[in-house]
Amino acid sequence: MLDDFFTRAVIGGIGVALVAGPLGCFIIWRRLAYFGDTLSHSALLGVALALLFEVNITFAVFGISVIVSLLLMLLQRRASLSSDALLGLLAHSALAVGLVVLAFMSWVRVDLMGFLFGDILAVTPFDLAIIWGGGVAVLAVLVRIWQPLFAATVNYELATAEGAQPDLANIVFMILMAAVIAVSMKIVGVLLITALLIIPAATARRFSTSPEQMAVIAAIVGVGSVWLGLLGSLEWDTPAGPSIVVAALGCFVISVLPVPGGGRRARAGVSASAPSTAAPDRDPM
Amino acid sequence: MVRDRDMLISLENAGIQRSQRWLVRGVSMSVAPGEIVTLIGPNGSGKSTTAKMALGVLEADEGKVQRKPDLRVGYVPQKLDVNWTLPLSVSRFLRLTNRASGSQIKAALSATETGHLATAQMSSLSGGEFQRVLLARAILRSPDLLVLDEPVQGVDFNGEIALYKLIEDIRSRLDCGVLLISHDLHVVMSTTDRVICLNGHVCCSGTPANVALSDEFRSLFGEHAASGLALYEHRHDHEHLPDGRIRNGSEAGIDA
Repeated sequence: MLDDFFTRAVIGGIGVALVAGPLGCFIIWRRLAYFGDTLSHSALLGVALALLFEVNITFAVFGISVIVSLLLMLLQRRASLSSDALLGLLAHSALAVGLVVLAFMSWVRVDLMGFLFGDILAVTPFDLAIIWGGGVAVLAVLVRIWQPLFAATVNYELATAEGAQPDLANIVFMILMAAVIAVSMKIVGVLLITALLIIPAATARRFSTSPEQMAVIAAIVGVGSVWLGLLGSLEWDTPAGPSIVVAALGCFVISVLPVPGGGRRARAGVSASAPSTAAPDRDPM
Repeated sequence: MVRDRDMLISLENAGIQRSQRWLVRGVSMSVAPGEIVTLIGPNGSGKSTTAKMALGVLEADEGKVQRKPDLRVGYVPQKLDVNWTLPLSVSRFLRLTNRASGSQIKAALSATETGHLATAQMSSLSGGEFQRVLLARAILRSPDLLVLDEPVQGVDFNGEIALYKLIEDIRSRLDCGVLLISHDLHVVMSTTDRVICLNGHVCCSGTPANVALSDEFRSLFGEHAASGLALYEHRHDHEHLPDGRIRNGSEAGIDA
């Protein structure tokens, strides 16, 4: 069964989506979208270095992502630049250095599009082993640190004062992010990994009343998007990554549409998102 | 005087420096079990900074900070923002840093008169409800030390007095120390055992009555603040319950 490239892509994509959904919730709650972008853009540098030193690409990308996140933590403490400027600086410098290094290596033929937008043909059985092995490990660690990480997400100072050790949880979270980026690269490509993290989580918000529920729904939405996106990619010969992201976007758009007849969910969503200043007795238009 | 090592927390000449400016400096204070200590001072006087230093959220750049080993803290921070992206019910919020059974959650919520909010989303609460829920979460941990940073913000005057009464009740029930941060002395007067008046350093400290009469306090807050001290004696002939019901004073004990 694993001989079929499409089956491999679907199995790999589902493995990635199951991990990306829960982590993506934290990206949204903590407003870290740009951080995700920075890590994934630097992945290309990892690819270049892997080809240069002939090591496994996934491991090299993981290593570079960890280094970039540690560098970012260090710079945030020392430098006088604001966080968003630092993130932009790191993201695009790493991307540019990666592209330049690749260009110098004239002896390797690199399918740049495949790295940027994902390449379903490139998913090997060995990749599947890494995706699922790594994915299970990431989820197990996430469950383990869930309580302190979530406490730190709600309020860092409170978590510190009450002994939840949020610093440790934060560092572990960064490593998990690096791992997810490394394993998702082949499926969606470096430019679109953040979308796979954020869009399913944003879609899940509407249907969730607890953080744990949102994580599970985000994983399910992600799996659906991968399945639909890859089918579309096969049908219309479109690149894998963008197709998955378009499918996820479709799910998100459906989730924000008002439910006909004003179902319970729709009211809950609207009343929670509407500003409290809205006049309760306003005439219907 | 209680010895230092019996104290829940003690600061000795502690200070915090940021970009060559001392936010607070030379703060010496302590909180004993069962004691309510209030930090007062104008905006920017370093009240929250002092509390965070005592809790270990901020590292002191100078002086000594000691906490009792395995000190169990319940903290109500000054700012806590739960935005809409975070689906978080009140009862889930109460389990943020500790496990709790359903009955424990119920007890903590009813102690702060927010029992009817258990399933409400945090982002939908009003200012006063939010503060009560923060307090419920802090006491659910049955802490040795409660640290309350401006716990009555967004609460109207009568609610303020009720909330301070509640804090006093909690203190006697849990026998915990309380470090309270406030910017108005007159409402906390009746509640507090000791007042520390901060303005970048400790201006004056002592019993509330002594502090209110001290020259340092008058010069910091003006004559007006010192003379308004009777305000908290205000009597209301009925009570507004948090769920909107009204309990009439003349029908005392109508609870049932």
